[in-house]
Amino acid sequence: MEFKKKSKADAGIPTASMPDIIFMLLIFFMVATVFKEFRGIPVRLPAARKIEKLPGKRNVAYIWADDRDRISIDDKFVEIREISKLMYVKCNDELSPLRVVSMKIDERAKMGFVTKIQEELREAGGGALNVNYATKTASK
Amino acid sequence: MLVDKKKKKRSAEVPTSSLADMAFLLLIFFLVTTTIDVDKGIGLVLPQKGETIEIRKRNISNLLVNAEGRVMIDDQIVEISMLKSIVQRKLAENDKLIISIKTDANTKYRYYIQVLDQLKQAWGNKKTRISIAEPER
Repeated sequence: MEFKKKSKADAGIPTASMPDIIFMLLIFFMVATVFKEFRGIPVRLPAARKIEKLPGKRNVAYIWADDRDRISIDDKFVEIREISKLMYVKCNDELSPLRVVSMKIDERAKMGFVTKIQEELREAGGGALNVNYATKTASK
Repeated sequence: MLVDKKKKKRSAEVPTSSLADMAFLLLIFFLVTTTIDVDKGIGLVLPQKGETIEIRKRNISNLLVNAEGRVMIDDQIVEISMLKSIVQRKLAENDKLIISIKTDANTKYRYYIQVLDQLKQAWGNKKTRISIAEPER
């Protein structure tokens, strides 16, 4: 008998299109890469362990505050008493109402100052009551 | 003859065999440098303005943090790192416990976050019950 079925199947992976695939991936990562953009004022964040992630970047307001009692919101230096009004406006924005306030406060800031900011947030009410103290992840 | 020898056929094509390697290198570079930046931190819900709740005295633990970052809970001076186990013990005795944090106006924010972190860890996944008092002037 003859075994003609022993056909030689090509077992190699075709590599001709490999550069194309890799280029596609490359272009994806090039487009997706954001070189750390910095907005706000330089602060040294405190470290903590029990931390949670913020749900996305939309509907989040950032308040930057450093140890010299300077506050920055949306790339502008603001006075403490302006915060409540600013946040109130953000809360009542129809397109993207404020949900969470991320507080990027320097670890050397004084609590008296931090409390004043919180009082302003309480004044604004609504979504501004949800605060998130931005921290680094503490190393064990 | 000598003239004939110069008519060599030169390849005019760009070598493409290493193209994949080059693209790979670039790909790896971008893979490494890409940081999908996620904001993280300790979440807390502030009370509404003018919202006051009466709490029974025995359900409150007073936690004081002074300007030097020294912590006192129920008249006992403790280390910040010990707070988690202390609060867990207190919670086991009384699950309606509310911790009232009182800081000095000059307390550094860092200590406050450390304390808050410990308390959050003590509560685990349950809702944290904390009250924040006005700082002492």
